Amino acid sequence: MIELDNVTKSFVVRRRAGRLRRTRTVVLACEGISFTVGAGEFVGYLGPNGAGKSTTIKMLTGILTPSSGSVRVAGLDPSRQRTTLARRIGVVFGQRTTLWWDLPLRDSLALVRHLYRIDAHDHRRRLAALIDLLDLGPFLDTPVRQLSLGQRMRGDLTAALLHDPELLVLDEPTIGLDVVTKATVRGFLAELNAERGTTVLLTTHDLGDIERLCRRVMIIDHGRLAYDGGLDRLRAMADAERMLVVDLERPGPPVEVPGVRFVRADGPRQWLAIGSGVNAATVVADVAARYEVADISLREPDIEDVVARLYRSGLPAPAPSADGRVGSTGW
Amino acid sequence: MTYPWVAWYAMRRYATYRLGALSEAVTNTVFGFLRAYILIALWQARPALGGYDVTDAVTFCFLTQALIGPVQIFGGMELTERIRTGDVAIDLYRPADLQGWWLADDLGRAAFALGFRGVPPLVTGILVFHLAVPSPARLAQFAVAVLLALLAGFGVRYVAAMCVFWLHDDRGVQAVSLVAAMFFSGLLLPLVVFPGALGVVANLLPWAALIQVPADVFLGKAGYFGLDGTAGLLATYGFQAFWAIVLFAAGRLLTVAARRRLVIHGG
Amino acid sequence: MASALRVYGLLAWTWIRAAAQYPVSMVLLALGTAVVTGLDLAAIALMFSRVPRIAGYSAPEVMFLYATSGLSFALAEIVLGTAERLGQHVRRGTLDAMLVRPVSPLIQVATEEFSPRRMGKLIPTATVLILVLPRLDVTWTPLRVLLVPMMIISGFVMFAALWVLTAAVQFVLIDGHQATKAVTYGGGFLTQYPLGIFGRDFVRGLTFVIPLAFVNWEPSLYVFGRADPLGLPTPVRFASPLVAAALCGVAALAWRAGLRHYRSTGS
Repeated sequence: MIELDNVTKSFVVRRRAGRLRRTRTVVLACEGISFTVGAGEFVGYLGPNGAGKSTTIKMLTGILTPSSGSVRVAGLDPSRQRTTLARRIGVVFGQRTTLWWDLPLRDSLALVRHLYRIDAHDHRRRLAALIDLLDLGPFLDTPVRQLSLGQRMRGDLTAALLHDPELLVLDEPTIGLDVVTKATVRGFLAELNAERGTTVLLTTHDLGDIERLCRRVMIIDHGRLAYDGGLDRLRAMADAERMLVVDLERPGPPVEVPGVRFVRADGPRQWLAIGSGVNAATVVADVAARYEVADISLREPDIEDVVARLYRSGLPAPAPSADGRVGSTGW
Repeated sequence: MTYPWVAWYAMRRYATYRLGALSEAVTNTVFGFLRAYILIALWQARPALGGYDVTDAVTFCFLTQALIGPVQIFGGMELTERIRTGDVAIDLYRPADLQGWWLADDLGRAAFALGFRGVPPLVTGILVFHLAVPSPARLAQFAVAVLLALLAGFGVRYVAAMCVFWLHDDRGVQAVSLVAAMFFSGLLLPLVVFPGALGVVANLLPWAALIQVPADVFLGKAGYFGLDGTAGLLATYGFQAFWAIVLFAAGRLLTVAARRRLVIHGG
Repeated sequence: MASALRVYGLLAWTWIRAAAQYPVSMVLLALGTAVVTGLDLAAIALMFSRVPRIAGYSAPEVMFLYATSGLSFALAEIVLGTAERLGQHVRRGTLDAMLVRPVSPLIQVATEEFSPRRMGKLIPTATVLILVLPRLDVTWTPLRVLLVPMMIISGFVMFAALWVLTAAVQFVLIDGHQATKAVTYGGGFLTQYPLGIFGRDFVRGLTFVIPLAFVNWEPSLYVFGRADPLGLPTPVRFASPLVAAALCGVAALAWRAGLRHYRSTGS
């Protein structure tokens, strides 16, 4: 569905240096990005701000033309076949709306219908289904300018899906949304992917989105693709610690067992960090053997910690090819 | 005192839109050229029309084009948008007086506009055409007239903006305001060209105070109610001040009423 | 081309339906637009109330120029007027939302907020044309009769091309929107008058550089049976369609180049 091969995008930035002179610097927004996304996948696309996420999205959708390398989406070249491709993909921008500010939602969707040349019958059917799934009924006649963020996002989603696209690209869709709307949107996207088989590419800062929806994650940093694979491997790679929560029979001194580091205690409950590479089963057996344990649970590292740690310490070199491609990540 | 600070800040704020302002100045200058040729043709057909000669007419043309920016003939204030979105509530909770605040803001804007939108058309006019040159005394009188015009102009636009509190869709008010401003300010044709009764009425309306009057002061043709010379000049200032005060008072009444009727518009 | 027209029509109709939900507002705005457009007519009428001829042209002749230019301009502004907002879309990033849709961004911008209000511009110009044609002191040959619709249509195409050009320029000069009004609105304004009043060099520029002379001036010279002040040969009077086509070509190239530039440098 999506194939990027060694795609690079550079911009020339002119800054004023002093009174009259202007410096000219070349900024590499994307450097040698290559990845493939197959039909029906649900892929997350992460990266710190300014890493090149939006630039990649723009190149995929035809808004920007790459400086070098090849981009193919649904078998088409976005920079040359923009309108043909536009009919087969849907795009949602979280920070800006694709709807018309002063028109009621209903009229915006009518415009969308004509833009995509959806025939009347299909349009009615799809619209009814989407109204139902996203609960648009109450505010269909409200001008978009008066909608809350959550309502607007649901409206944008509808506009992007009315023409039943094969690929849905979302650029930070859950930003600023309340918990309930986030859950609705996530549930909707999961169902969309599972039942209609729509390929979804989701750019986000919200790792909750990733955890809930994606099994494959790509991380871009400083214009380079730094990771492309499953969440589990990401956790492992990040060298993050798993947490063992031990409920002792009685409060006691910090548990000491090889491969384990005491973090904190709260009454009889103690949190112990298990280092990477240490076998969790062995540790559990050890603790249970040496201490009087009422209960034990093992927690995976919080994905937020994982990614934060990665951003901070700099990401590892791009993943070797075999692992990161379609078909080998469990999908 | 906050108000001078507000004005200074407004000027700096508008200065960031330098390029846009220069863009507008280009258009004002081009239209200056076009109007100048038309007025020349008109005065060639009737050389002493309305007491002006050809040089007066061309000078009038470039003066009025230069004043379009500062006096904001085509209307509009940021306040209108703020009323529409409801942001004006924030303004009304400030300890400063709403009208005073916006007056200071507008004067800051006008100061910026005098340089960036007033100078280019005038300079171009001087370079290409033969314009009347006033004495330093006359220039000072002109400056006073411009200041009064700025105040009157603010008065008109503030009243128009306040109407948005009551009329949800103000585009009608805007359209009427625009038509009236263009026609009665002397922008289309100097008011001296207006025949008979129409001319008399036009010269009494507030829009005349905006660019026609300052231009007449510049040309040394200021006079109202049959007076001329120094008396005429004072009568002219009086005319401008009259409208400034009346509109200001109207604005004040509307502000008080608006404060009472604080309807936050969602749209 | 046909599908582009179809999409344009469907989009425009959708906007009209949305505007029709406020019928009173729609009608009032249309009337308001008609009045604003009629201001230029008012200016010409005022001038002729004081002089019998301007630069040797009679009132019917100038009215004819006003009507033909005005009609061409109004039609072009209806169809492509909002294209001049392109700079705004580039600055706010809303152009991106247009680029992910399977329709040319030009059509999307041009149909934005399409409203019957735009039609208001046709009222004064069409009315004047109908009223002035029988009053012209012209011997109507078939060729002259044909020239009237020909110049209106060519003029329309030329102004439309100019609107597209002003949009294309804004890909590069994002803040240049106001300056482009000098070409579009300036062009519409100056063609209301006999170009003879604008000075030789100006007219040469308008014939060979920005060919506004072909909107209605050149063909009108033939209709009135007047000599060309520039002394160009007779076939030039009929060159409007060719000039219109050439201008379209230039506009199309400029638009494509501008869009290409935007898509390679982003916003």
